[in-house]
Amino acid sequence: MSYVPSTPEQRRAMLDAVGAETYADLYRDVPKEMLLDRQLDLPEGMSELEAVRTMTALAEKNKVFQTVLRGAGSYDHFIPAIVKSVPAKEEFLTAYTPYQAEMSQGVLQSIFEYQTMICELTGMDVSNASVYDGATAAAEAAAMCRDRKRRVTLISAAAHPDTINTVRTYCFGTGDELKIVPAKDGKTDLDALKEMLDGTVASFYVQQPNFYGQFEDADLLGELVHAAGAMYVMGCNPISLGLVKTPRECGADIAVGEGQPLGLPMGFGGPYLGFMATTAKHMRKLPGRIVGETVDSKGKRAYVLSLQAREQHIRREKASSNICSNEALCALTAAVYLAAMGPNGLREVARQSMAKAHYLAEALTAIDGIELVYPGPFFHEFVTTLPKAQEVLAALEENGILGGLPIAEGVLWCATEKADKASLDRTAAIVKEVLAK
Amino acid sequence: MNIPAELKYTKSHEWVRMEDGVAVIGITDYAQDALGDVVFVNLPQQGDDAAAGEAFGDVESVKAVSDLVSPVSGTVCAVNEELVDAPELLNSDPYGAWIIKVENVADTEELLDAEAYAAHCEAE
Amino acid sequence: MKLIFEKSVPGRHCSLLPKCDVPDAALPEALVRQTAPALPELSEVDLSRHYTELNQRVHGVNCGFYPLGSCTMKYNPRVDEDMAALPGFAGVHPLAPKDAVQGCLSVLDTAKTYLCEITGMDGMTFQPAAGAHGEFTGVLLIKQYHRKRGDFKRTKIIVPDSAHGTNPATAAMCGFEVVNIPSAPDGCVDLEALKAVLGDDTAGLMLTNPNTVGIFDENILEITRLVHEAGGLCYYDGANLNAVMGVVRPGDMGFDCIHMNLHKTFATPHGGGGPGACAVGCKAFLEEFLPASALMQGEGRLQVRSFMGNFLVVVRALTYLLTLGRDGIPEAAQNAVLNANYLMRRIQGTFEPAFDRVCMHEFVLDLSEYKKETGVSALDVAKALIDYGMHPPTMYFPMIVHEALMLEPTETESKETLDWAADVFREVYARGKTDPDYLHGAPHHAQIGRPDEVRASRNPVVRWTKP
Repeated sequence: MSYVPSTPEQRRAMLDAVGAETYADLYRDVPKEMLLDRQLDLPEGMSELEAVRTMTALAEKNKVFQTVLRGAGSYDHFIPAIVKSVPAKEEFLTAYTPYQAEMSQGVLQSIFEYQTMICELTGMDVSNASVYDGATAAAEAAAMCRDRKRRVTLISAAAHPDTINTVRTYCFGTGDELKIVPAKDGKTDLDALKEMLDGTVASFYVQQPNFYGQFEDADLLGELVHAAGAMYVMGCNPISLGLVKTPRECGADIAVGEGQPLGLPMGFGGPYLGFMATTAKHMRKLPGRIVGETVDSKGKRAYVLSLQAREQHIRREKASSNICSNEALCALTAAVYLAAMGPNGLREVARQSMAKAHYLAEALTAIDGIELVYPGPFFHEFVTTLPKAQEVLAALEENGILGGLPIAEGVLWCATEKADKASLDRTAAIVKEVLAK
Repeated sequence: MNIPAELKYTKSHEWVRMEDGVAVIGITDYAQDALGDVVFVNLPQQGDDAAAGEAFGDVESVKAVSDLVSPVSGTVCAVNEELVDAPELLNSDPYGAWIIKVENVADTEELLDAEAYAAHCEAE
Repeated sequence: MKLIFEKSVPGRHCSLLPKCDVPDAALPEALVRQTAPALPELSEVDLSRHYTELNQRVHGVNCGFYPLGSCTMKYNPRVDEDMAALPGFAGVHPLAPKDAVQGCLSVLDTAKTYLCEITGMDGMTFQPAAGAHGEFTGVLLIKQYHRKRGDFKRTKIIVPDSAHGTNPATAAMCGFEVVNIPSAPDGCVDLEALKAVLGDDTAGLMLTNPNTVGIFDENILEITRLVHEAGGLCYYDGANLNAVMGVVRPGDMGFDCIHMNLHKTFATPHGGGGPGACAVGCKAFLEEFLPASALMQGEGRLQVRSFMGNFLVVVRALTYLLTLGRDGIPEAAQNAVLNANYLMRRIQGTFEPAFDRVCMHEFVLDLSEYKKETGVSALDVAKALIDYGMHPPTMYFPMIVHEALMLEPTETESKETLDWAADVFREVYARGKTDPDYLHGAPHHAQIGRPDEVRASRNPVVRWTKP
């Protein structure tokens, strides 16, 4: 099976029309000794039904948990049906990048709407059409900030380890220095940051809420960074922005984040969505595609890919980023999610996630031997001590509950609006039972 | 094609005019025509060094970007900020819309007079 | 049509969440956002109709012919979507314990087996999210390899001037100096030009084969030999793999590492610009440099993004690979090449191919003579095609051909579609000869007339604002 529609007779007629005896004649430029002289060492092709059986069997080898109390960069939020159905529409699904505006107004307008929603969430002036994920958004933001004089990138140790490692990799690429600002009590150490800020620092990245779920003193951090003449980059959980102070209100120059919580499935890690927004001042440094409004030849409102001279297909080795394909369909998904939730729904998701996490934290810390590791206020994730962690987590898994993530500092728990009170109570009961043994 | 006789030119299509030891630099009519509608100019900052034969900024059209090459070495002493909001001036008035001024001019690229520049454009 | 914000009615909403069944947690006053985001307030009906209206203003592969050169716009099988939506894949947390994710690991492992066999590579990662991201990953393999050997003088990456813009941009992101070499007139590597720049500062060469004009470089073994002799490595940009999969392998051409765009060659949908997914393969001696996730036993390794990559896209690609199998894979490639040659010959006699010889899976038309004669440009022709419901070919690429239109029909188009497309090209050709103004004004029946791109760039309006 190969999805080739031409019949054997048609293929013969086409070969004749181009003066080829066989397919091999079409590969006459390939040196003979290089041609694969055997069949691929792979199974025979399958019918659709056989492929469905094979893939379904693989899917069934995974364990799907009824209750997910693990986050750490991938969050189990409720995904409304409409949020699944819109991006599944075949035209949205199978179109290419909207280079031909005259037959792509639907994609272009949807991105323009997405950009507006990201600006509204973050308080920024301009958003791009997306990058790969939150980690690469942080790395691209760091690259935006470097100039000839300021080359050093600072990142908080309380950021997601994948983000730190990705930014480190991008810095390794360009040969620029990355320094990690240590954490204290589960938050960025302000004194250490002060020490590290000097005239060589291009930017500082902080995650809000951070990897441990803790709220950072984002305003204070911003003041310190700006006083040193560097740029301030905040990585935000977009759900939290329904409730929490925007990066703009905290003084950020660039706001980025992982858009997965906005209606995208956990999907074993992807595809996800990196959002990036900045102030008008830095618009032309923003990497990736940006959709702009204009008029057509008849004066009607129309949308186009704009400011393209920033990009690799024009600027080549002088482009600030090589990004080409992005996560457009995930951006569409996020836009449908935000529109379905509206301002009140988004605040409610944030409020309920926070409430459930605090309820779970209280229920767990009521058990002997379990304590919160960090003292500060948190959003929907928190770290606890947990004796017999492996045993406890295994018991939860047997009951269809994916417990917190074991990390060096303890166990990192998460709750979203999806967890109801009964499942949280049951979780605490199972933990208590294992520890009582 | 407008090529004022009193200016000097580079092969990369910049013009330069010396005013009391200060080099005033812009792009030629030929350059603006080849670029098409200019939509943005990336400018250096006052106080930056300019090096003869090296880029000091670039100009963007919708589908292209082109380096601005400095004909002289020295220090950028003025930048035409008007171009930030009105890059179209480079199209409408290429010889009026200067881009930067350079002082302490040390080194100079090989410059063409109007006649030689006209021949150079003809050959391109 | 109206923007979604212009349809918003204060107080309207969808009914999605239950009441909270636990006590509220108080957010410290200093952390509360001052104004609510101006997201639209709509009912589900409003939403459904808005996005249906937008969707009707999109041309997908399902709508009709999409011969966008170098983008491999083949049909995206529906079954792949069903498989990616299975809760057993979509509902898996990336940091769930190993015993809970055995199916996901099998998917990655099986996809690796297929793709290594197709490319002649030994090791593979699926972490990069798109082609350019894969290039970044691959060139970082080259960088790490030289560093590990203590060879710090290799600072240059060679890129032909016919390459995709991502190649030089990638090399620059990896800290290399880009050496552009001119192509021979047929777009192939000019061996003398290559020899002239090779040296002990060469880190590697980035190359697409078939090249960006759709021609297989017959000197490929000589090219990779020369680079290796100089101590450099060879990077294969898999953008054009659809022409040769199952027929000839990049590993056998002498390449050391490679990226594949799963969203081109392996039929996963482009989604209006993404998500893609990318597999980066390498020979065994580079395996130790492949990236991994910090949270997933990746200590000490580089990492180009979070977790394991765009997994659900890999699920789609694997489903496609399973259906094709050992015979279907070369069959797809052969018919992609046959379709391109057939379409080129059917159009020839009007618009002329830039290279009058057998092509691979795509070909370039050179309209410079036609433009001289009629004043009609490649852009005009492209826009005229829109009125026929055909997506235009890639325009003005590669840059070594002036007035270029690059067509890649792919194997999933039938003879009838190709015959129809050729007739459309012939009709547009004739129209341009007699009525060039009609083409200058095209498209005439599209969603919009030609947009004012100058205005969009000079005075950027990149978001809606409340009036």
